[in-house]
This record gives sequence, structure tokens and C-alpha cells, in this order.
Amino acid sequence: MTHDFEPQGHVVLDSSDISRALTRLAHEIVERTQGATNLTLMGIPTRGAFLATRLSEKISEIQGSPVSVGAIDITMYRDDLRSRPARALLPTTIPPEGIEGRLVILVDDVLFSGRTIRAALDAISEHGRPELVQLAVLVDRGHRELPIRADYVGKNLPTSRTEKIQVNLIEHDGIDEVRIERESS
Amino acid sequence: MKHLLSAADLGYDDAILILDTAKQLAAATEQGVGKLPPLRGRTVVNLFYEDSTRTRISFEAAAKRLSADVINFSAKGSSVSKGESLKDTALTLEAMGADAVVIRHNSSGAPHRLANAGWISGGVVNAGDGTHEHPTQALLDAFTLRNHLRNGDGDLKGVNVTIVGDVLHSRVARSNVLLLNTLGAKVRLVAPPTLLPYGIEDWDCEVSYDLDASLEGSDAVMMLRVQRERMNAAYFPNAHEYSSRYGLNVTRMNRLAESAIVMHPGPMNRGMEISADVADSDRSVIVEQVANGVSVRMAVLYLILGGSESK
Amino acid sequence: MTSYVIKDVAILDGKPTDIVIKDGVIAEIGNGLSADQTIDGSGCVALPGLVDLHTHLREPGREDAETVLSGSRAAAMGGFTAIHAMANTNPVADTAGVVEQVWRLGQAAGLVDVRPVGAVTMGLEGTALAELGAMADSAAAVRVFSDDGKCVHDAALMRRALEYVKAFDGVVAQHAQEPRLTEGAQMNEGVVSGKLGLAGWPAVAEEAIIARDVLLAHHVGSRLHICHLSTAGSVEIIRWAKSRGINVTAEVTPHHLYFTDEVVETYDPIFKVNPPLRTKADVEAVRAGLADGTINIVATDHAPHPSEDKDCEWTAAAFGMTGLESALSVVFETMVQTGLMNWAAVADRMSVAPAQIGRVSSQGQPIAVGSPANLVIFDPRVSQEVDARKTVSASRNTPYAGRTLPGKVVATFYRGTPTVLNGELNA
Repeated sequence: MTHDFEPQGHVVLDSSDISRALTRLAHEIVERTQGATNLTLMGIPTRGAFLATRLSEKISEIQGSPVSVGAIDITMYRDDLRSRPARALLPTTIPPEGIEGRLVILVDDVLFSGRTIRAALDAISEHGRPELVQLAVLVDRGHRELPIRADYVGKNLPTSRTEKIQVNLIEHDGIDEVRIERESS
Repeated sequence: MKHLLSAADLGYDDAILILDTAKQLAAATEQGVGKLPPLRGRTVVNLFYEDSTRTRISFEAAAKRLSADVINFSAKGSSVSKGESLKDTALTLEAMGADAVVIRHNSSGAPHRLANAGWISGGVVNAGDGTHEHPTQALLDAFTLRNHLRNGDGDLKGVNVTIVGDVLHSRVARSNVLLLNTLGAKVRLVAPPTLLPYGIEDWDCEVSYDLDASLEGSDAVMMLRVQRERMNAAYFPNAHEYSSRYGLNVTRMNRLAESAIVMHPGPMNRGMEISADVADSDRSVIVEQVANGVSVRMAVLYLILGGSESK
Repeated sequence: MTSYVIKDVAILDGKPTDIVIKDGVIAEIGNGLSADQTIDGSGCVALPGLVDLHTHLREPGREDAETVLSGSRAAAMGGFTAIHAMANTNPVADTAGVVEQVWRLGQAAGLVDVRPVGAVTMGLEGTALAELGAMADSAAAVRVFSDDGKCVHDAALMRRALEYVKAFDGVVAQHAQEPRLTEGAQMNEGVVSGKLGLAGWPAVAEEAIIARDVLLAHHVGSRLHICHLSTAGSVEIIRWAKSRGINVTAEVTPHHLYFTDEVVETYDPIFKVNPPLRTKADVEAVRAGLADGTINIVATDHAPHPSEDKDCEWTAAAFGMTGLESALSVVFETMVQTGLMNWAAVADRMSVAPAQIGRVSSQGQPIAVGSPANLVIFDPRVSQEVDARKTVSASRNTPYAGRTLPGKVVATFYRGTPTVLNGELNA
């Protein structure tokens, strides 16, 4: 049997695809929230936080008014903490308005099992009681393990469980792209 | 990280990780998060052979804020006062399922024995052992220094810290010399020669007998507690002579650089090593040190207990 | 009585030969000899039976740690044919009654000569002389007096003791430790103690007492013995005293030849001992001092303790380590394998000289026809890992546990009878 591990994988979204997807997401959010003034985007670090910032910029452009943005680290709320050595914590930034009574949209790069979002909901609840929580993701790759779905999806990417989706962003990785990498079978 | 026994066990990356973790945890506290979940279902035992309400409360608050179950075991009024050995106490705690033991002991090296003698399998955190070390105190001091002098980020490269007082009997000084060096700070110890350990010239720091000559250029001055009883063993003639030669008073404080801070691990002997005016001045970050202690101890407990069992 | 021939064994540094033991003495030495029983000695070294001037047998008082019998068995396993039982028992060996009891227990065990050491002062308290003459005149015929474990720190009392024992050719063996300089002391005072935060036992606390006592011995014209000398400075002082013609002898323990204070970094109390393990420079100095004869003898300071006194935190632990069973291997590794001494020197430091200092007439004799058959046969070719659980001593506090030591005692003969044969206890 041949070893079919492909370390490079292939690019499924390039920089302009990502930019278009985010623009579309921004429009959808504005449309669905009908110009709500209590909108707060909460990105999940690391890459979800950068995406939340980008989305907030696009939304402000469309609306013509600034959008509150923050970051929520979910590390301590994970249900698999014991599976690996203790993980480093990432920054949580709560905007000055807080999240109490706000329309919070969680932002992440990839939606997979749904466990990260479950943890994020717990983390959010420690900081207050939003009026509504929604979810925006750049990529939904399927294989949910919890009853969680995204409200806004940049791109649906059907994958097999053995594949790996890698989102790279300029702010963190020096390039904007989404790759599919296949693990060796 | 399995144990925290000595500041010498912490490499540069470990130390920075603890400080950065403490920073996130302190931020969570500031954001009003009461309790964090990562140690749910874990049991932390505070095993205190010395009375130290401050340190015990600090560890207890840290463990509880991470949702751990906390058992306080103090030597007084327990089986220990009936002559139970450390080994038997340890075996009992092991049987009760302690995931980590925070130990304060009057015998130098007791945490090392607890961690390495095969009595227990959980993690061990040294909360002060004899005249050896107090690594979480050094971590909270470094955290405080970093907040004031380096904007809460990175290391302490180029920071000049002067530690004054009873270095010989101080576990705080030992841990600080080790950790501050790891983080790139320059340490100067100031004490009468009687209160410096034998072989101090081999330590990674400067040594001076003259406080007045050591103030200039210090970014922080850390005053150590000096027990009055030491004069009975002829370490110095009397409290008055000690405080006039080695005490930090307003005159001396005013000779410090404007940005320099004054620290003390507590409990203070006001009027002995530090005057009340200095302790209560704007320069003093002593109260802040206490608050930072909880964040740093949370970070240590989280890193020891918050993941899979480390080997 | 069964006769034995040890075939092809090297007597000290000599060529292989046969030794016949018969009726308690060495009957014949030569080639092609035979006897009732044959022991293969090829590759092995024959030494006169070892004599320990410093052994703690713990009986009476702490029979859970060691008894005269269990200590005698451990001694035989280590190649010893005579040991000196220190006085710090409970009750203290400060009367004829106690020393005679220990002496009789030794006779009953019958594995080595057990020579009781008498206390210098009543109850080891350092205030009044014990009945030194009565102990000397007793059946135990005590010649070595020591408050070991405690220093005779009162200079006037030490002077009197040194003078008094001259009447019966006794010797005072001083545990040199200035008490005020060592209050609460836990380990050698040095770089390591500073780092570990353990109270230091400074070299000067030993050296100051040795310097005082050699001057006292000189002044009153007595002989003086220094127990477990451990520092480079002490070696210098003894060397100076001997050059002045002062009648002083000194001992070093195997563990002070072997370990430095760096092992204390583990905080494992198995390494807690008094005097403490010292620095590398001290180890080198005591080795050199033993090689050139400044230090006269090796003495084990075998100090058995039950496990609860060692399986604890450092400051709560007892001082002391066992040493009878490992002594010859340690001396072999530190002194012979390093080229510092040959086997003749080992025989001198571990048998001839200690017998002479303790005035043990039938011990420390040359391996020659007609000598009492006190012998040890040592195989230097093998090495073995020390397993504390397998020690013959009633206590397991050997600091060599888990370490591999070279050589092995194959046989020990005590007055013509094998107490150890084929490396096993024969009793």
C-alpha cells in the first residue's frame, strides 16, 4: 500500500475567495440583524479573533457606524482539557459595552464538531447574559457532534474525518488561504 | 509541569508561560469572572506545617477560583501534632485522592521529599520550605515587576532589583535570585555580612553591605522581613542599629529613581526593615503583590493540574 | 577442627600461593598444599581480618536498629574480625557493667572480636568523667574511650581525660565538633548548603577542636585519636601535629572518601551524616592523607537506623549511615583503583593500624605461619549493585543503595573458622 500523505494538501479558498466570503458574511449579518445597534462580534482566538476584527470593519463600512468587537478565549471551558498537557491561555477582550443584553455573534474560522462553540457559549455566559447569540464561521466542514449550527457560513466544505482543514490568515500566518490536508490513511 | 519545587526548575519559557497565564487569569478577574472551570473535579490539598494564613488563603482562593475542591490540612490540631510523620500524612492524602498538594513546611527540602520519595503520585507545589525556597512568591514578585516596569509583557531584561535584609534565612531571596536571573534581571543583595549565606560569592548576583550605596540605579527595592529574635543570636546588635543601617525610610526612598518601586513579601515589621511612611507611600506595591499572588498561584495550579497528567 | 586451604590467593600484593588454616592459626603457606576443605582463591587477595575502630551496635537500647549479633554478622560479611562498639547506647556504656554486657554479647555472637568503647563522660553529658579505670579493668578490658556522637568540648575535662587514661594505656577518641558553631547544623556549610537552605556545619567547627586537642595531647604527653576526620584543614592540622611529634592518630570513614555534599541536593536523608559529607577538595585531601599515612586508619562509623528515621524529611531524619558491609569495596574503589594505595597499605589502614590503636593484640597480624587465622579473602574482579533490602545489618540505611561497588568478600576467617564462605554468611 502506498503512503498517500500529502503534507502540502491543496488550496480550496485563496485570498480573494476569503475576502469575498467575508464581505458576503458581513452583508448577511447586516441584513439579518437589520442594523441592530447592540451588535457585538466575539472572535474565538486565535484566528476567529482576527476574522471578527475583519468582519467588524466590513460591517462598519456597510452600516457607516462602528461595530463593537472582542475576543473570548475558550481554553478553560474545553471538554478535552485532560487529553493534553495544560494549554496556554489566549487573551479574552470584552468590549467596554460588555455583552449584557447585546446581540453577540461568535466568530470562528472552522466549524467542525461544535465542541468549541459549546465551550464558547459557557465562556460567554460568565461575562453576562446576551439578548441573543449567533454564530458566524468562515468554513463549515460538517461532522457535528453536538446540536449546534452556524447562522452565517462563508463556505461549506464537505470533508472526510481524516482530512484536516487549515485556515491561514495574514495576521497570524502571513498568507490568506484555506487548505485541505489529508492525513495518511 | 508536574511539580513546582524550586524556582531553579523553571526555564525561561516556563517562567514566561506562567506569567502570561497569570496575566490572562488576572484579566478574567478584572472582567468580573468569578469562577473558572478548568480544575472541576480536582482536589487540591493545602498542607501547612507552619502558620501562614496569608499564603494559605492565597492558594485557597486560587484553587477555588479554578473550581478545584480544596482541603485545608494544618499541622496544628491535626494528626501531625499527635506525631504523625510526613510520610504517613502523605499516604493518607494519596488515599483520599489528592491531585495536588500545596505544602508549607519548616524543613528545607520537605516538598522535594514529598514529590520524590514515592509517597504520593500527585503534583507538589512548594509554598515555602524552611530557609530554602518560596517559588510562587518569586513568581508574583516577577509578575508585579513586569506590570510596573515592562508594561506587563515579556521578560525583565535590564531591570535592576535590590533585595535587602535577612538573605541567610530567606526563602524569598533564594527563589527571587534564581527566577529574576532567569528572566534577565540584575539582582543585588544587600545585608550585613552575618545575614548572608556562606558561599554567596558563587550566586548569580551582586552583593553589598551598604544600602545607601545601592539605592541609585535600582528599579525596585525588595525589603525582606527581619525577625527581631535574630539579634539574640548575635546576627546584629539590636533593632535600632539594624534599621538605621538597613531599613528603608523616607530619606532613603527619596533617593530612588522616580519610577522605582518598593516591594515587601509580608508580613512587614513596620519600623524595623521598612518605615510606615514608606510602606504606605505611592511607591509601595505591597498590596498589589498580594492580589498578584492569587493570579500567579492560579496560573501555577492551572498549568500543573489543567491538562493531562504530566510526567 | 576442620582445616582449610585457600588455593592460589595473592597475599596482599604478592604472587598467588596457598594458605592452610588449621587449629585457629595459619599453619602453612606455599604451593601445592591441601587440607580438609579447599577454597579457590585464584584472582583473589588475602588481607588480615579487618578491624573497625568505630562501630555503632545500638545494643542495649535500640535493638530495632541493630544488635551485637546482627552487627557482628554485618561485620563478618564485610571482612571484619574485630569491631569496636561505640558507647552511645541506652544506657550509655559509661560503667563496667554496660561494657561487660556488650563484651559478653559479642562473645556469645562469636563472629568477631567485639571490643566495647567506654564513654569519656558520664551519660555522654560532657560534665564529669565516667569510670574509665573500672571499664579498663573490667572483663571487657576497654582501651578506647569516646563520647562519639558528642564532642568532649570542655577543654579542661578533655585535658583530664587525656591524662587519666595514660594509667592503663587508653586512648581518647574525640568526636571533633565545636557545639556552638554547629547548632542546628544539617550539612556541610558551603555553596550547596547556601543553595539548599540547610543550616551549615562549618569545617572550622571540626578543625578548631582538633587543633585544640592536638595541643592538649602534646602538653600532657598523651595519645589522642580523632574520629571520622572529614576536612582538608583537619588533614593539615594532623600532618602538622605529627611533624611536631605529637602522638595523634586519625580515622576517615569510607563515605567521606566516596561522597561529596552535592548528593544532598536530592534532600534524601540517606546522605545525612555527622560529620557531614564535604566538598570535592575535602574528599581529595582525605584520600591523599590516608594514602600518605597522615590519616592512620579507615573506620566505618557504621550507624544503623530504622527506616522511619530516614524515610522522612531531611531535618527530621537521624544522622548516620551503615558501612560495615561496603567498607572494603569503597576503599578498593576510592584508594586502590585510583592508584593511591596498594593492598599492603589497605591492610595497614584497615587492620594493622586500627588493631594497634585499639590495643587488640590478636588482630592485625601479618599473614604468616603461626599468626592467628583472622583473614579476609576479597575478589576484586567482580562488582555488584548494592541492594539495601539484602543487607545483613538489621538496618537498611546504606548510602550506596542502587550504586555498583567493585569487589566482593568471598570468605572471612575468624580465629580459624569461616564466618563467611563463598560470599555467604556461614553462621
